[in-house]
Amino acid sequence: MTVAGTGDSFARPGDILNTALRWREEGREVALATVVSTWGSSPRPVGSHLVIDADGSFEGSVSGGCVEGAVIRAARHVIATGERQMLEFGVTDDEAWEVGLACGGQIEVLVVRVE
Amino acid sequence: MNGTLLRVLSESLSRSRAVVLVRPIERGPPFLVDQSGVTAFGTAGDGGQPTVPDELLEYCRGALARDDARAVEVEQGRYLIQTIAPPPRLIVVGAVHIAQKLIPMAQLAGYRVLLLDPREAFATEQRFPGVEINHGWPQQAMPSLAPDARTAVVTLSHDAKIDEPALRCALQSDAFYIGALGSRKNHAKRLQRLAALGFDEEALARICGPVGLPLGGRSPAEIAVAILAQLTQSRYSRGVDSR
Repeated sequence: MTVAGTGDSFARPGDILNTALRWREEGREVALATVVSTWGSSPRPVGSHLVIDADGSFEGSVSGGCVEGAVIRAARHVIATGERQMLEFGVTDDEAWEVGLACGGQIEVLVVRVE
Repeated sequence: MNGTLLRVLSESLSRSRAVVLVRPIERGPPFLVDQSGVTAFGTAGDGGQPTVPDELLEYCRGALARDDARAVEVEQGRYLIQTIAPPPRLIVVGAVHIAQKLIPMAQLAGYRVLLLDPREAFATEQRFPGVEINHGWPQQAMPSLAPDARTAVVTLSHDAKIDEPALRCALQSDAFYIGALGSRKNHAKRLQRLAALGFDEEALARICGPVGLPLGGRSPAEIAVAILAQLTQSRYSRGVDSR
């Protein structure tokens, strides 16, 4: 999946939350993905945010690019259903090239709809 | 998560206040906590307004002190608690050439930068486009800028009338980094003058001078890199911001 992000992917958590607010106030459907836990080597710390809208536009990062594609796909589902999802990523065999973490770490990402 | 809570969060940040965002991972509404306790609740379709266990509030106070984020488990379930803090500040004293390089670099690194120089011919919009400029004299301006534990102060003017009042105020504050441009010889003289004003050795040791990590660079941009590198080092080594 090819995705185009805007802005600074290493922005402070407060900046991404402000983006989520701004997008919501513009009337966009928005999901917020957040790193809840990490094991081993992982590129972004707990509390890193990715904000996604229904069109797949996003800002921020939860992994520095390794799993964003999968998180954005899940976010669209979360936006559609309103049900939060907990995603877990590690190095997986066949899918490693697509949704794994090359660094060998594991992360949990919580995705919720912004009401 | 909901817009109402994000708005409260955004207002706290614009008033330069750090708050803790608490989010139950399984179900229930998110809420905000500061030193005084819970300040705002979000609403969630899948649960009413819960009571917040003391144990969780204790974790929040810890997160606020450490400025970090972590997932915690209490009897009521698993929670993500995250300190959301305003950006760190950098006060640059002296609208000199190095400042022209240091300011955009520090902005890229996430600092809110303020330039202080009473010499209006130096501190111009043309030389520092888009930069917040204060033309006050440091002895008056610095106390009102109120450097705190999330503030760094760097003096670059080469003029003792400007730099030293700024350093005096910085030393009386909790600023996490204080740097002063000047050669070893000039810095030694500066320390003598400050010592004569009553600052003890421990206080004077807070001043990084000559400013910057010893990278050996010579151009203004290279010196700016050395200053920003040292700033980064103190910020994390003092635990101001663990991210």
